[in-house]
Amino acid sequence: MEIPTLVGAGLIVIGGGLGLGKIGGAAMEGIARQPEAAGKIQTAMIIIGALLEGLAFGALILGK
Amino acid sequence: MVAKKSINFITVLVFALFSISTYADDGEQKPGNKIDTAEEIKEYIAHHLKDSHDFHFYTHNESGKHYSFPLPVIVWTSNGLKTFMSSEFHHDDSGKVVVDQGDTKLVKLHSKIYELEPGETTVSFDADHHATNAHAVLDFSITKSVVGMLLAGLLMLLAFGALARGYKKGKTIPTGFSRVLEPLVIYVRDEIAKPNIGEKKYRKFMGFLLTVFFFIWILNLLGLTPLGFNVTGQIAVTACLAIFTVIIYLFSGTKDFWGHTLWMPGVPYLLRPILAVIELIGFVVIKPFSLLVRLFANITAGHFVVMSLIALMITLKESFGPVASTGMSLVLALFIMVIEILVAFLQAFIFTMLSSLFIGMAVEEHDDHH
Amino acid sequence: MDQLLHDFSPGLFFMQAIILIILIVLMIKFAWKPILDALQTREDGIQDALDSAEKAKLEMANLNADNERLLKEARAERETMMKEAREMKAKMIADAKEEAQAEANKTIENAQAAIESEKKAAVAELKNTVASLSVEIAEKMVKSELSNKDKQLELVNSMLNDAKLN
Repeated sequence: MEIPTLVGAGLIVIGGGLGLGKIGGAAMEGIARQPEAAGKIQTAMIIIGALLEGLAFGALILGK
Repeated sequence: MVAKKSINFITVLVFALFSISTYADDGEQKPGNKIDTAEEIKEYIAHHLKDSHDFHFYTHNESGKHYSFPLPVIVWTSNGLKTFMSSEFHHDDSGKVVVDQGDTKLVKLHSKIYELEPGETTVSFDADHHATNAHAVLDFSITKSVVGMLLAGLLMLLAFGALARGYKKGKTIPTGFSRVLEPLVIYVRDEIAKPNIGEKKYRKFMGFLLTVFFFIWILNLLGLTPLGFNVTGQIAVTACLAIFTVIIYLFSGTKDFWGHTLWMPGVPYLLRPILAVIELIGFVVIKPFSLLVRLFANITAGHFVVMSLIALMITLKESFGPVASTGMSLVLALFIMVIEILVAFLQAFIFTMLSSLFIGMAVEEHDDHH
Repeated sequence: MDQLLHDFSPGLFFMQAIILIILIVLMIKFAWKPILDALQTREDGIQDALDSAEKAKLEMANLNADNERLLKEARAERETMMKEAREMKAKMIADAKEEAQAEANKTIENAQAAIESEKKAAVAELKNTVASLSVEIAEKMVKSELSNKDKQLELVNSMLNDAKLN
């Protein structure tokens, strides 16, 4: 792999990581505030996480 | 009772497979070379991640014997359909062994079958190691992935058929292994289908959603066994699953859905065609693409990481000694393996979840805002 | 991307599509349809059982309320009966009392009337006795005082009129 590809992959991973961190953090906060809604929050978190993951993987694969 | 019988059947099947493997194909090849350099490991992993035409278990180092059993090759060449067993390639994967099928000469190169141009007898390569005088053929072989799919399908039919037969016999509460399966079916119905598609319409899509969920899950788990399946890591497989979802939600789309997609109400008229294009691309290209890439990439990455961690045993032997490197690789691989078991479920769940979400978007009635 | 497209095997795609279609059809026929139907029936059965239990509970409550009502009615009836009886008793006592009183009054009245008549008779008798006595006296006097007989009788009469009894 050439350097630009690696840098791009790194950027994607940074972006994805930030996004996942934000989702996870917000979900944790939500669960802490409303423990009875934990199930719903978890499902929503997983779906958003999956969408983000799809985006990141798409970018990684397009760049490969 | 039925579950017990089916388990016995599976055991017999597995033993049968192994017994075949021990005597099948004792081709005298170049002695099996030990894999101990980084390049070889890389190549080995790349080879594993691809589909293969035979079921390879193990190669004996000294004798060079391959313990594997061949699978049928079915290819559509320029001279029609050709079928033969993959043992004819003698485990060659570099295009050296030419299989002569009368009017057609076939070689296998990096897990793909190529047909030599007429008149050629050996493959010649260009600088990038691409074959120059051969072209790929349509390959309908019963490859390892196809075997995996058939196995998963068989397992599903046996397990859920037993559950269904239990109900038919008048048992209201399943017993044995079926008791584990019933909550899973209820989980898919109540947590995935009903909330996303809606109480009224979910029933029509349950067949697809349940099948896809368990199919992906079983294949993901099969990928974690030492049998070496990597079915859901084949882009063709995930693409097929995603395209099924697309076909289902495009064909079950309501008038409302098409109205909202192609002529979005409440937006300036100039913007509507642009929005229609964006929405269409989203539904036809981006959503299935993200579905197929997510599953493919997760499983491929998982296999890659697990195999790399196992390979640490070899690559770190120089610097840490055999015991430390083996221990380290075992601990790390075990850790990732546990995560992979979670990922195996999660990816099946996500695929089904998003499929039902998209189907739910397509069948939704928007009577609340008109 | 190129690598990905290179790895994409149309044959595998085709095989997968066929296997998946067959699997979906088989699974729907042999597994999902019976399983989902059985689950649905079971859930409906449970729902029915719950509903009927609820209904039975309601009926029980109704029955209890009925019993309670009947009991209350009976109690009220008893109460009224007791009250009536008590009233009747009181009335009987009062009646008896009244009758006795009336009887007593009548007896007293009778007695008084008898006394009165006795008294009257006694007085009349006394009057007669006195008159005859007086006449006798007068006769005796007249007999003794024959000379002045007329004068004497006149005197006696006037004296008798003066000494009116009562």
